[in-house]
Amino acid sequence: MESKRTFLIVTNNPLVAECVPADYAVDFENITYREILVKVRDLVYAGHRLYTHPLSGSVKPNETPYKSVVVSRLPKGMEPEEAAIISNSIETFDKFTPRKRELTQQMFKDFQLIDYTLLCGAVGLDAAAGLSNRKSH
Amino acid sequence: MKLELGYIQINDIQFSKECKVENGTLFVDADAVRAFMYEDDDVKDWVKSFSFDIAKPGESVRITPVKDVIEPRVKVEGPGGVFPGVISKVDTVGSGKTHVLRGMAVVTAGKIVGFQEGLIDMSGPGADYTPFSKLNNFVVVAEPKDGYQDHKHEYEHAVRIAGLRAATFIGEIGRNVTPDETQEFETLGIKEGIEKYPDLPRVAYVHMLQSQGLLHDTYVYGVDAKRSLTTIINPTETMDGAILSGNCVSACDKNTTYHHQNNPVVAELFAAHGKTLNYVCNIITNENVYLADKQRSSDWTAKLCRLLDLDGAIVSQEGFGNPDTDLIMNTKKIELQGVKTTIITDEYAGQDGKSQSLADADPLADAVVTGGNANEVIILPKMDKVIGMLDYVDVIAGGHAGSLREDGSIEAELQVITGATNEMGFNCMSAR
Repeated sequence: MESKRTFLIVTNNPLVAECVPADYAVDFENITYREILVKVRDLVYAGHRLYTHPLSGSVKPNETPYKSVVVSRLPKGMEPEEAAIISNSIETFDKFTPRKRELTQQMFKDFQLIDYTLLCGAVGLDAAAGLSNRKSH
Repeated sequence: MKLELGYIQINDIQFSKECKVENGTLFVDADAVRAFMYEDDDVKDWVKSFSFDIAKPGESVRITPVKDVIEPRVKVEGPGGVFPGVISKVDTVGSGKTHVLRGMAVVTAGKIVGFQEGLIDMSGPGADYTPFSKLNNFVVVAEPKDGYQDHKHEYEHAVRIAGLRAATFIGEIGRNVTPDETQEFETLGIKEGIEKYPDLPRVAYVHMLQSQGLLHDTYVYGVDAKRSLTTIINPTETMDGAILSGNCVSACDKNTTYHHQNNPVVAELFAAHGKTLNYVCNIITNENVYLADKQRSSDWTAKLCRLLDLDGAIVSQEGFGNPDTDLIMNTKKIELQGVKTTIITDEYAGQDGKSQSLADADPLADAVVTGGNANEVIILPKMDKVIGMLDYVDVIAGGHAGSLREDGSIEAELQVITGATNEMGFNCMSAR
């Protein structure tokens, strides 16, 4: 059974890096949504298991800048179905027309919150507790 | 389980100090609706104010950002009450008699998050793309209290409850009104159905519910669908509001509460029941983020299809991307049980319509009905009146920088329009 011991959270969402408890492995990098997908693809190809869907959320990939995906900390052997899911996700990402709109600070925050909350729901984390821990710092 | 729906046709809505239905006109006291909404503590805690408006078909009116659309109904006979587990106490609904205020809806609008979306035009080219332009809409615009920014889930909950309470209040006005038309819907027990229709193919509806998390939720008898395994529900239960939308994202293909109450797959299957097929039941299953949850839920769906000895299943999804994987997992596994499937979806095929439509596919999923391409670009002319707030339009899904033009028109993808590419097939877009 997978647990926090086996999770690696690959993310570009600063809220995830701030709020997820220290016993979760988080690989935060300030890169684009697409770069996160490519990074996850390479990990899956290297044998890491894919635990969450790379296109989680109905917020479209050309709309939100943030993405968090959970894979296994250690390589366990590549699963072809998971490799197909991540490859198809990159293909799906590329068919959305890039937008050039300016996001307000509040929108950045809302996109971060949605990505963070969906992640928490997936891996059984208490989203509210993570947020209040952050505030107490 | 047998339910009788009594339709009370509403052709007009008027604000009034008295609440009644007279000659097809609904008279409603907005202050009384407001007071009823504020009886709920969560609404009291998070909603600063409500404003009300009425939007009628053909008017130069744009409603945005739309959160939910709800049809007012009231239970007049039989167990339970509308919206069980949320507004009424938990009790099995779907039998007895329910009155429906047909031809109207309660529409909740107002910002939840900074990129809030969803638009209903009551006239012009945009009106053709949403079924809600044909209804008389009682619009409730909610304004949050200060500090809601850090409590999005609580605020979304409060606005959801407020909308359901408004619909409950208005539905109650129809309690003692004689319906213009009545219709009966009945689901038989498994053995009864086989005995009554031994030669008809056994068909069920696999109804996938959006359940990914914040702003992507669906509730069944008040329970977040994410926390449930795949299960069986009588189709008539959904008509009394057993399934409610908490989904605020992706206006074009989210299932509003109105869609759940008036599910067109349920309607069509009932119409064919006893004639060309035996409509066995609905199977509800979720759409989660964690891949092992998808595996478990789709395994369960296929098991139930086999256990029910189905010949065929209609599978509808809700949303984009992640749910495509659930859709294909469900379909593939059901087919492998020897049960024929047809799926209903929409497409994200790019603005030119040339890209792969879904994020997942399988050769066994070879019967597909599409609700249209959500990336298709549309220009919506300026409307004389906006209910809600237009400053969010240039940032809603499908819109892009400059999408709100200087002349007040909007250039955007169909994604922005509430219900445009609905994946239950509740609209008229499709392809051959």
